[in-house]
Amino acid sequence: MLVFLARRIGVMVVTALCLTFVVFYLTNIPAKLETLAKTQAGSRISDAEVASWLDRNGYNQPMLVRYGEWLGIARGWTRETDDGTMTGRCYRLTGTTEPGAAPARCGLMQGYWGNSTRFRAPVSDVISARLGATGILMLWVLIVMVPMALVVGVLAGMREGSRTDRTLSTFAIASTATPEYVSGVVFIALLASSTVGLSPLLVSWGWIDGPVLFQGNARSALEKITFWNFALPVMTIALYGMGYVARITRASMTEVMTQQYIRTARLKGVSFPNIVLRHALRNALIAPFTVIMLQIPWLLNGVVIVEVLFSYPGFGWTLFEAAANNDIELLLAASVVAVLVVLITQLISDIGYVYLNPRIRVS
Amino acid sequence: MDPLNWFEILGRLIVQLVPVWAGLIALFAVSIAFRRRLGLYGKLFDSAVGMIGFALVMFWVFAALFANMIITHDPLAQFSGMRNAAPGTPLRDPAGGYEVFLLGGDALARDVFSRMIVGAREVLRIAPFAAMISFMIGISLGLPAGYIGGKLDTGLTFVANLVLAFPVILLFFLLVAPEIQNTPIPRVMAGILFLMPVLFFTVLLNARYFTQPAKRNLYVGAVLVVGLWAYSGLAFNADPLGVWGMSPNLLNVFVAVVFVNAPTVFRIVRGITMDIKTRDYVSAAQTRGEGPWYIMLWEILPNARGPLIVDFCLRIGYTTILLGTLGFFGLGVAPESPDWGSTINQGRRLLTVYPHAALAPAIALMSLVLGLNLLADGLREESLKD
Repeated sequence: MLVFLARRIGVMVVTALCLTFVVFYLTNIPAKLETLAKTQAGSRISDAEVASWLDRNGYNQPMLVRYGEWLGIARGWTRETDDGTMTGRCYRLTGTTEPGAAPARCGLMQGYWGNSTRFRAPVSDVISARLGATGILMLWVLIVMVPMALVVGVLAGMREGSRTDRTLSTFAIASTATPEYVSGVVFIALLASSTVGLSPLLVSWGWIDGPVLFQGNARSALEKITFWNFALPVMTIALYGMGYVARITRASMTEVMTQQYIRTARLKGVSFPNIVLRHALRNALIAPFTVIMLQIPWLLNGVVIVEVLFSYPGFGWTLFEAAANNDIELLLAASVVAVLVVLITQLISDIGYVYLNPRIRVS
Repeated sequence: MDPLNWFEILGRLIVQLVPVWAGLIALFAVSIAFRRRLGLYGKLFDSAVGMIGFALVMFWVFAALFANMIITHDPLAQFSGMRNAAPGTPLRDPAGGYEVFLLGGDALARDVFSRMIVGAREVLRIAPFAAMISFMIGISLGLPAGYIGGKLDTGLTFVANLVLAFPVILLFFLLVAPEIQNTPIPRVMAGILFLMPVLFFTVLLNARYFTQPAKRNLYVGAVLVVGLWAYSGLAFNADPLGVWGMSPNLLNVFVAVVFVNAPTVFRIVRGITMDIKTRDYVSAAQTRGEGPWYIMLWEILPNARGPLIVDFCLRIGYTTILLGTLGFFGLGVAPESPDWGSTINQGRRLLTVYPHAALAPAIALMSLVLGLNLLADGLREESLKD
């Protein structure tokens, strides 16, 4: 088990380094740096001024060196200015100009994440605040999605080919065919529009006070989460993810239901609910567990779409803003977080699979 | 003229879509009549789910084919007084053209119905081909990885996992951007990715016919001429005759979508190959002295077709969703493009007041993907029966 864990973590670190380098490379291509120079130093500067701005700010070193600086394994660049003070990557990040006052290395590993040009704040503050908001969203998504998916999957899979199975399977297929930007639009049109859908009807019957039943904008959920401002974003993400987990659960359940020990239990006269709950369920839930863990990074897609659609300022919204505004440091930091989430959930799912499956655990 | 009510709108939509209904009826009549002679495709018509899925898919295929006959207005033209018009609003001055906006107008006073129909053409032009190229790449790399194994397998699997560990949306933000289009990155990626189908067909035919050099030279030569001709045009925009070509932003979108899809196909093909290579007919071919590529492409691949066809349908659907996502974020699409994703994106600003402009393409996209998923489900069921 320890060897397995060590190897997995080794591969994970290599993967993380490769992926962050790719992100670093793609965010630091010359064209993007030129855009950065223009947004920082004025949009009308000449090409020569752009070049000198990049040179003064340490962007002219080789890509690998700068990646090392950003990671914190290479020494940050320094330069003595005309009036005798020092400047450099680490001097700027720590805010000093005294020669020797700044650390030699200042990167991700030392905890220096840089500053966001879009939000005018340290990246670490921006990311941690937004991650909290997204964490709450994800928590509710999982609370809604996982039980719903498991119930649908188990009910469909316990009697393969029955009418319940067909109906629920079709529902699961329909939910996987509805990406977030479609279901979000449909939900808003039906439930959160003041001109069409359910809300004008309810208003005319005098059942609700406000103009709309649900809020199409989730920004108010940052202060206070209510059912009316948070249900639509949560449902939108949960619906798309649910279908896939339900289908895996169903496949796993139908397989378990054909096993010999289920037949034995039946012949012994165990009642059907007992068979499902006591004998089948535990073995049928191994596969869905892995899938649910792997689903979390996949939900990130949905999180970005939903947070943009419902203007909920969380991690996904930040990622979108960073990409749209060429905020290099913020985009890099957000990518690191996203990649880490993916890799850690993969690791947990691997360990969980080994732990849950006695056949693998023993060998 | 008064605004139409919903029944009149529905009636006119049905009339407008007559070419689609005609196409669907003809296709289904012929297919059901000859279904016993059509193999897996014919068996599809034994399953209700599969038939519904197929009908939904073909609805959009016919809509895309006959778009010029179906649309009521120019999808890019703006009409005065029709900004955010409700469905069924008559035009102020039809000037001899069609007199109403059946599904209303969008924020730029364009006809939502015509844009939706032309959008189908945009989507169906890219999604199936992107899925096909992803499949060829996945197959050409997955077969040797599963069959030969060893270091090759370890290396390819690591690269595939690397791509899969990348959140899709992040990859899109990074890879599909105007700044990237001006760098050689998309061209280089296209150069590598598009070379795979040419190699695939060359090796496929060479492995089969290398004992008959005359036939081999003819087939492989034809593939190389056509393949490299298309390759030069699609990947490098250097087609001497100008038949094949792709605009830089389309190429960028195409490359990104293929890049995201190919590793998943690779993993599926690799898994199936590892399972099939232990079968007796593979050992028989090995004993006969067949070469490894012949065994992979002519013994293993045809026997893996069932799951691959099913996954191909699902993958077209997933590609459609990815294209919609790109459009939703306004990445890599032409500004006026009527594709469904960008129409939803433009419609979402006024979503709570005028939802129809975003709702029509949203439902269109959903029905196409649902059709593909149901079709895949029907095919899976029917292919498992024998």
